[in-house]
Amino acid sequence: MITLQDFMLVSAALFCIGLFIIVAKRNAIQILIGIELMLNAAILNLVAFGRYDRINNGGQMFALFAIVLAAATTAVALAIILNVYRRYKTIDADKINQLKD
Amino acid sequence: MNLAQILFYIMAFVTLGSALVVAISKNLVRSIFMFFVTLFGLAGLYVLAVADFVAVTQIVIYVGGILVLILFAFMLSGKQTLDAVAQQQNKFISLGNLYAFILAALFLVVMVNVVFKADVNALPWVKTAKETGNVIPVNQSGINNIGINLMTRYLLPFEAISILLMIALVGAAHLSRKEGNA
Repeated sequence: MITLQDFMLVSAALFCIGLFIIVAKRNAIQILIGIELMLNAAILNLVAFGRYDRINNGGQMFALFAIVLAAATTAVALAIILNVYRRYKTIDADKINQLKD
Repeated sequence: MNLAQILFYIMAFVTLGSALVVAISKNLVRSIFMFFVTLFGLAGLYVLAVADFVAVTQIVIYVGGILVLILFAFMLSGKQTLDAVAQQQNKFISLGNLYAFILAALFLVVMVNVVFKADVNALPWVKTAKETGNVIPVNQSGINNIGINLMTRYLLPFEAISILLMIALVGAAHLSRKEGNA
């Protein structure tokens, strides 16, 4: 029997890997991948707990909403990254330090 | 140790291993494709948590949508990225990465402690759900129930999400427009 605890441990490890990627990497696309990993860790928890809510389907439903929100976030973030690249010719997050030139 | 448990361990290993490769790999293209493997492993974990609809949605949206978007953005900003990767050729734990590693490790310690202290298998509402049979059974998925709930109980979040998706679409199109013809 797979218990809730197993899912939560996997999710905690995934969250920490995402955190490491966000802090350590300097490329904006890799930072975005780290954010996606952390979101996926949260979704895994929602789905694991959602098993114990058969009638209302709360966990699975909000996991679906979170997936859709992640898709919308990524689309906007990538549009911003492309704009930043057009202006600065780099997507290194350390070198982007001005709001306007 | 039954089959589901073995599958769970395989899926967890695939997910965490490929996520670690994403974190460690120097090659950005390779790390993006390993992210693909991570998403598939997560879909497998969702199936093992008896949420097959969420798993299919994960594959369709993440693998079909988000990953292609990320690859697209990477290809459009490619040259500079590869230069940045080339000068980052030092070893895995450099000084900058060390702080990140310590932060992530401390977070992991705290979260694992919390998980063990919280004792999630004995939560009151989980116990009640087990006693009253409110657990999704393994041999039938709740897709019908999901559809009914989406149109009744969760109708307001559903509509809010749809409006937000349209706003995001318009916003992304506006942001990625050419500068000159404003």
